[in-house]
Amino acid sequence: MTVSVIAPARLLAALESVRDPELDEPITTLGFVASCTVSDSGDAQVRLRLPTYFCAPNFAFLMVADAYDAVSALPGVRTTEVVLEDHFAADAINGGVAARAGFARSFDGEAVGELHELRADFLRKAVLAGTDLLCRSLIATGTEPRALAALTIGQVPPSPELDRLRQRRAELGLPAQDASPLVIDPRSGAAVIADAMPLHLRKAHTTRVSIEANTGICRGMLRHRYATSGLGEEEQ
Amino acid sequence: MYEKDGEKFFVVDSHMHYWNAAPDNWVPGAEQYAKGWIECFHAYQGLGPPQTHWSIEHFQKYSEDDLMKDVFENGHVDVAIFQPTYLKEWYKEGFNTTERNAVMGQRHPGKFRYNTRWDPRDGDEGLRVLRENVERYGSKGCKLYSAEWNNGSRGWKLTDPGAYRYLEACQDLGITNIHVHKGPTIWPLDKDAFDVSDVDHAATDFPDLNFIVEHVGLPRIEDFCFMATQEPNVYAGLAVVIGGLMHARPRFFAKVIGELLFWVGEDKMTFGSDYAIWEPRWQVEGFVDWEMPDSEEFSDYPRLTTAGKKKILGLNAARLYGIDVPAECQLDAQLVSGA
Repeated sequence: MTVSVIAPARLLAALESVRDPELDEPITTLGFVASCTVSDSGDAQVRLRLPTYFCAPNFAFLMVADAYDAVSALPGVRTTEVVLEDHFAADAINGGVAARAGFARSFDGEAVGELHELRADFLRKAVLAGTDLLCRSLIATGTEPRALAALTIGQVPPSPELDRLRQRRAELGLPAQDASPLVIDPRSGAAVIADAMPLHLRKAHTTRVSIEANTGICRGMLRHRYATSGLGEEEQ
Repeated sequence: MYEKDGEKFFVVDSHMHYWNAAPDNWVPGAEQYAKGWIECFHAYQGLGPPQTHWSIEHFQKYSEDDLMKDVFENGHVDVAIFQPTYLKEWYKEGFNTTERNAVMGQRHPGKFRYNTRWDPRDGDEGLRVLRENVERYGSKGCKLYSAEWNNGSRGWKLTDPGAYRYLEACQDLGITNIHVHKGPTIWPLDKDAFDVSDVDHAATDFPDLNFIVEHVGLPRIEDFCFMATQEPNVYAGLAVVIGGLMHARPRFFAKVIGELLFWVGEDKMTFGSDYAIWEPRWQVEGFVDWEMPDSEEFSDYPRLTTAGKKKILGLNAARLYGIDVPAECQLDAQLVSGA
């Protein structure tokens, strides 16, 4: 059977949905996509690269597995191959993802479980960082920090930052409706009360600074390692 | 010592190395790891100013003369603390061992302190070697790299029962400074290898030991800050913060320093160049010149005074290691009373 030819742009668009779980940014804009191609018969191949040879294998595995899922879900894709390049655990990761073996089987004896909890931990950090981003702009335009405790998501003007925060909360199964409180504890989902707000926001800010500083280092290391830009890479 | 505008800074480089990562030291069969490791370090050097970059060949193996020139003659450092990293599965003689450091350092009396290391997976034999190193080299501190590979194991935690035996031995032997460095692998691999909560437990259980978390827990600065603010004996080692961010990402550098000043404070932050990843000269000079930016973005951070810079660049580490500081470099009475 012949299937319609898939434009490489659609492949890249699918990869935009894959994020580095630690940095909470798409692997495309980070420059991690070395190439992506698809043949006339629907065989897709993606090559990924990371800032160092020793980047943490658990996060690397998640990105390769997520890229595999995103590409193979595209209509018209017949086979999918995702290859991580230049990484100490590339064989275990590439082979494990191709065999759909899961993390624990791919790293036999070296891991006891899958990566759901790790991913959730980092989504919670992303929620905190996103809360800081949004609340800082509200405070800058006159909202008192303590007054944030009384606000719901629906009371905040729409913005890309709000959409993103909502999406991260929904991924964690946390309240993300218009009537949900704007500031919540990302572990319990409970609203943060006014008295606890200053410390909560302080910690949220530190979390964002940490993620952004790490992203800066990762981008710098990647630039040193590879002379060419990744597909969809955006300078920052 | 570094002098600027009449102010004298006593400089302790509390985290630096003398390594051999050239191909002659690579373990057969593990060449890709040895090569990958040093190339990764070399990429970090790329975050410093271009005029301080080295060729990979020079970076793999530099000489004693290079080190003395870069660190002391040009680098303003008064005393440097060697932090060994063994990695013997990848480097035949180790990446930089206590012994390699000491053999070199002993030709330059007074310039160095020799930290040693341990790995709880080495059991009783490791304890024996630890005792021997302390006797031989007078180590007051040790460097722990918990992501080191060892006989099929990919790493360990400070809370492992074996590690507590070693921490107890450190107390008995007069080691007071535990430099902790997290890396990308640990057992089990599905957990976050950079998690610092084990340091939290150990610091609580060993209140007489100081825990200097190198690279301020990067990439988990936030977890490190929330932990360090609660533990009086936890310090922030600035290696990588200054070298990796001050030149390459000045805005993030200011924010990270601001966070550390807020949560940890200038009395518990120590300078380390991470030589030979970066030369100390530009780091010391740049840090002395550095000011927290004035814009709104940085308005809720504490400011760093000249006295604070003196503490971070040398006085704090001098206190941890019992290093004598010349009177001219100490904080003057006025500053001390105002601190």
